[in-house]
Amino acid sequence: MIDDVRAAADAAVARLGAAGSLAVARALEIELLGKKGPFAEFKTRLGGLATVEEKKAAGQALNEATLAVQAAVQGRTDHLKRSERAVQLESERIDLTEVLSQPSRGHAHIVTQAWQRLEDVFLGMGFQVAEGPEVETDWYNFEALNMPPDHPARSMHDTFYVDHGAPGSTVLRTHTSPVQIRVMQTLPPPIYMIMPGRVFRNETTDATHLAVFHQIEGLVIDRGITLADLAGTIESFTKSFFGAGFSSRLRPSYFPFTEPSAEFDIRTPAGDWLELGGSGMVHPNVLRAGGLDPEEWSGFAFGFGIDRMAKERHGVGDVREMYSNDLRFLEQF
Amino acid sequence: MKIVHSWLNELVPVGDDVDAIADAITHLGLAVEDVVHVGATVPGVVTARVVRTERHPDAAKVHRVYVDTGNGVERHVWCGAFNMQAGDVIPLATPGTVMPDGRAIEPKPILGIPSEGMLCSARELGLGDDHSGILILPPDSLLGVPYGDVLGLGEEVVYDLDVLRNRPDAYGHLGVARDLAAHLALPLAPGPDALAQTAPPQSATVELVDGARCPRFTTLIISNVHIAPSPTWMARRLAAAGMRSINNIVDVSNYVMLETNQPNHAYDFDTLGGGGFRVRLAGEGETMTTLDDVERTLTTADLLICDATDRPIGIAGIMGGQNTEISESTTTIALEAAWFEPMGVLRSVARMGLRTEASARFERGADPYGIERCVARFVELLRLTCPALVVHTGAVDARSEHLPEPTRIRVRPTRVSALLGSDFTAARITELIEPIGFVCTPLDDHLMVDVPSYRPDCTLEVDIVEEVARHHGYSKLGKTVPKSIDPGHLSGVQQRRRQLRDVLLGLGCSEAMPHPFLTAGDLERAGLPADAVRLVNPLAVGDDVLRTSLRPGLLKAIEFNESHRRTGAALFEIGHVYPPSDDVLPAEYEALTVVLAGADATAAMSVWRELAATMGWGARVDQGSVPPGLHPTRSATLSVGKQIVGAVGEVHPDALDAYGVDERVAVLELNLGVLLAVAPKVPQWKPTSRFPSADFDLAFAVPESVSAEKVEKAIRQSAGAGLVELALFDVYLGAGIAPGARSLAYRLRLQAADRTLTDADVAEVRQKIVAGVGKLGAMLRA
Repeated sequence: MIDDVRAAADAAVARLGAAGSLAVARALEIELLGKKGPFAEFKTRLGGLATVEEKKAAGQALNEATLAVQAAVQGRTDHLKRSERAVQLESERIDLTEVLSQPSRGHAHIVTQAWQRLEDVFLGMGFQVAEGPEVETDWYNFEALNMPPDHPARSMHDTFYVDHGAPGSTVLRTHTSPVQIRVMQTLPPPIYMIMPGRVFRNETTDATHLAVFHQIEGLVIDRGITLADLAGTIESFTKSFFGAGFSSRLRPSYFPFTEPSAEFDIRTPAGDWLELGGSGMVHPNVLRAGGLDPEEWSGFAFGFGIDRMAKERHGVGDVREMYSNDLRFLEQF
Repeated sequence: MKIVHSWLNELVPVGDDVDAIADAITHLGLAVEDVVHVGATVPGVVTARVVRTERHPDAAKVHRVYVDTGNGVERHVWCGAFNMQAGDVIPLATPGTVMPDGRAIEPKPILGIPSEGMLCSARELGLGDDHSGILILPPDSLLGVPYGDVLGLGEEVVYDLDVLRNRPDAYGHLGVARDLAAHLALPLAPGPDALAQTAPPQSATVELVDGARCPRFTTLIISNVHIAPSPTWMARRLAAAGMRSINNIVDVSNYVMLETNQPNHAYDFDTLGGGGFRVRLAGEGETMTTLDDVERTLTTADLLICDATDRPIGIAGIMGGQNTEISESTTTIALEAAWFEPMGVLRSVARMGLRTEASARFERGADPYGIERCVARFVELLRLTCPALVVHTGAVDARSEHLPEPTRIRVRPTRVSALLGSDFTAARITELIEPIGFVCTPLDDHLMVDVPSYRPDCTLEVDIVEEVARHHGYSKLGKTVPKSIDPGHLSGVQQRRRQLRDVLLGLGCSEAMPHPFLTAGDLERAGLPADAVRLVNPLAVGDDVLRTSLRPGLLKAIEFNESHRRTGAALFEIGHVYPPSDDVLPAEYEALTVVLAGADATAAMSVWRELAATMGWGARVDQGSVPPGLHPTRSATLSVGKQIVGAVGEVHPDALDAYGVDERVAVLELNLGVLLAVAPKVPQWKPTSRFPSADFDLAFAVPESVSAEKVEKAIRQSAGAGLVELALFDVYLGAGIAPGARSLAYRLRLQAADRTLTDADVAEVRQKIVAGVGKLGAMLRA
């Protein structure tokens, strides 16, 4: 019987090995290992054997044969599944570069991108962000900033006047500095604030000048603020915005709303100095206009152009194109 | 302001390291914008005299010129210009010379005859634009010498300074020299500041009618002068500083102004009516002809210099007249040096649009006590060409009570230290600012600082703080970072604005930034109310409307892109609009407009719903109220309570036509001033049900007059809390649907939090929905 069992097992394994599909393999599994299969039958014959030893030997052979057939079923089934999956996978081949339509993403304006990058750097330095109106009173735009009527420095600003209220009383803000006054009037110090926004200058536009552009301005008011604090803040900003290889310097300048005043330059890793913006210690008259006592509080302010940051970062040759609203421009960034 | 290196070097021995000097000037706050080398000559070009000229029968465009470079040997040169005659002295570029344009001069033959050099025009030598003929040099020039020698040319280095409003003194070489001398610890040679006068006495009378506008007016009579050319060095420096040499008297006047910053004017005394001056305001409409040959009509705000007969001879502080100009016959001059009130000069300059070297100095503030130095230097320099001149006693110095008093400022070293962040003692402050003319007197624990009269900008303690910092060196003050006690963060509005922008970008809209000014008619063409705030002084006539809507700018952007074959533009703008108001300022607010070219109103509704869902906004869509300029049957206002917060739909075809837009344009407009101001409710957790849901579809035949929104509302109300999902999936018109209605098909999902729904539960809800929707006149379709 042992020989019969082994022969039946060999035959079963051979038939499974020839099974051409999962269905055939499943049918064979039922036929061979089912209740009516050859091994079930051998099992019924075990009782008829003479000796315990014979029974034990035949039982062991039968067990081994059954395991061998089960393994063959599993092996063949796995093999057939793999090859069917392989056929499926091969039949599904596509060329990934055949892209018929692309979901269109929107493009943020490069000035907005620069604006947010600048904001993020200052947020990390402990600043908050203030905003103000673009149409301003003469008082906020000039007088509160130490430029009373007839102040010669007003001629440095090519001002758009707005036909609203008394003649000359309303302007398009020429800088973001009026927001300084609005902040000082509404928030008690200490103030660590940046003020980004749109500004206006009545000058003819060309490849490097715009009549409508954007500035960001910083204001710090606290007790014991010094010119060295201004230099350190500019340095900290420079390294974090432009990169660790950049540094900064202040050099004397003039603005009516700061005293002492300074231009600030940044030094590129290549060693070139670039003029970036204006700054200085907030003028006592400006602190007073904001309702603060200059003997108690001191502070600094600084400001520069946002558009230029975008222009330099992306190498835009003509700033007018930034405002063309041409999709061919917008979609580049 | 152009500062000439050789001139500066004469006032303070700064040496020849041009880059280092430019750097030092810049760090004193007088930004050097450019360093230029002017007056360089072309080596190899020498003077020569034309001996004779001769035509060649076979050469029509050139002739033969024989020249002599002083050694008696004739040189033959072919020349294409015919403006010279025998005897003229001309510049000859000898063979081997390399011209400024890179051309090398070779003995190139014409008709087999070589040319021993080239005769040069002014342009070829870099001396201006004249290329009409060969440059003719002065007849008595030496021959065979570099042409620069006879023209007084020589290389000068010029620093081009951006002098700011606070440094009027730096409009003179002396002011820059003073700063540099202090900075580099070098001696300053400021020149004479006192004058010896000799008999006999001779005076011009001075009557100050308007002492407020002219607080000081001085005159000095100088006789025995004559007109002559200026010394070469002076003409050269004037040219380098941007002024033309005229004659010795005018040149000295200009030279002294550029050096001391004090404008002055020399009148021909013999033509000065009544032998004196009257300084008065002009009459309304009074005219006078200025030196530039323009007749100027004046107002009562303009100050005139008149002669003693009241005849106008100059506009004070701006420009003189022709009638008393220095001429060949001048032998006696009346030298005027005055101080005019800056604002008055500024206003006249602004009104007349006439800015001169003199007015630029007066409007910034000349030195009211610097006249003595100016006059002494004038005489010293004029004596170089008029050695026999006589300075008469009887000089007049007329002053009014409006002449500024010297300024004295109390300076606390503690305050200086507190603002600069370093320790500055009284002694250190004194050491830093006395070399630039401030005089410090200790008093108790502070300093009394007398401000030099050439620094009218210094009126407060902080102005002295800047002078201390400037001469100490900004870079030596160190860098410290102050610490904010509050963490940096965006406000709620700013955070929500960023979120809004991100959603729009994700929806495929790109951000545009149209101009905030509109052209007259833009609003009307868009079908919007014409009422708007105007600019008084627009850049271009007509571009004077402050926008009340972002729509016109975006329609222009679509038209522009369509014209470049870019259809389907999806654009948005977040920007300010400025509607008129009776308040102090226009009713400015922040708005959003989204435009989708080639899309219909439902696309705009989709954007609105996506934004509303993300931002937590809700608004009523009222199609009964059509916003101006939008499609009357495809648009709605968005409102919250009684407040209109936006509009949604399509742009009116009339407006599209008016803007030349070919595609339909879906539009969404929102008032962000209102919508971003409110923090949305934070979504609160609802437990997700563990029980199976029941899905089914319902289709209704709905009359056109009933909106889908109403149907949805009725479904939700009828179904109650068990309805967890509701979506419109089909809109159908046609067979089986009565005219005047359409089929709306919805997919619904019911689910209970606590149990599996039975068929009976579902049937009950379904029946309630059919009944609820039925009240709107909608019929369930079989």
